[in-house]
Amino acid sequence: MSEKVERDINALMQAIPYARFLGITVDQRGNEITTVMHFSEKLIGNPVLPALHGGTIGAFLETTAIAQLAFEIAGKSLPKPIGLTIDYLRSGRPVDTYGRAVITKQGRRVATVHAEAWQDDRSRPIAAAHGHFLLKPADEPAGS
Amino acid sequence: MAADDITQEHIALMKDVLIQHVPHARALGMNVVNARRGEGWLSVPYREDLIGNPQTGVIHGGVITSLLDNACGIAVQLALPERMSIATLDLRIDYMKPATPKLDLMAHTHCYKVTTNIAFVRGTAYHSDENDPIATCVGTFMLAANRAMPMPITSEVAEEAAALFKKNKDGAA
Repeated sequence: MSEKVERDINALMQAIPYARFLGITVDQRGNEITTVMHFSEKLIGNPVLPALHGGTIGAFLETTAIAQLAFEIAGKSLPKPIGLTIDYLRSGRPVDTYGRAVITKQGRRVATVHAEAWQDDRSRPIAAAHGHFLLKPADEPAGS
Repeated sequence: MAADDITQEHIALMKDVLIQHVPHARALGMNVVNARRGEGWLSVPYREDLIGNPQTGVIHGGVITSLLDNACGIAVQLALPERMSIATLDLRIDYMKPATPKLDLMAHTHCYKVTTNIAFVRGTAYHSDENDPIATCVGTFMLAANRAMPMPITSEVAEEAAALFKKNKDGAA
């Protein structure tokens, strides 16, 4: 019982400079988390439409997946992305974006995660991603 | 069509689409280093607010995603016979190794096939040696993706772009 320490995922995310740069926060309610990317001008990729930059949406989905893994799987270090496939479904409008992720398979070393991002209507996602993450700390920054 | 020609129009396009009019590219400090028909070389300088792992100082994978996404889009624009709006359909990224802290990121992308509706691109992110990649990607782009007009280019932007491009090229040499 005392082993179970509730992790403050939002605090963990705020410690990541790039998550702060994108304006990502985590809304934690009971055993569910939703990530939020608060809209700001610097997220824009196409000012004519206007639309969010595809890269920011990809980064947001990746962060959503990492947050979910950190939430469900306690570990000393953050999981590292191995591969990520992003499907862009609709253009992202200049408003807040929400994200949720599901761990589809958790192995000893690798976890498979599916993440979705939406804006006003959850049944109309703007993008979805499928990725593999390394759970064990393996390689530190290349000293080679 | 001369294969390796970089016209004024192309340079202006890159500068315009990439730096001048894309707030996110500007926010990351993205830069066009070199370009060729269907190919682009872009850089993102190392910055502490782009870190993904505060313990190691390694850049966030999302920065690489943004860089590759943008660089792929540029390669597609450089491969098209005329300007049109494009949209990323999908992008797959494989991370080979963590980026080394304090080093700038480079990306080289190549649009190797254009069909009526779709453009196919692949790319690599690295520090200095493309054969030692940090990440690789493949992506597809939808052509004439929406009804919006492509972003306009003025002659001032074109001139500015030519100067900037020359500066970058000299700097890289």
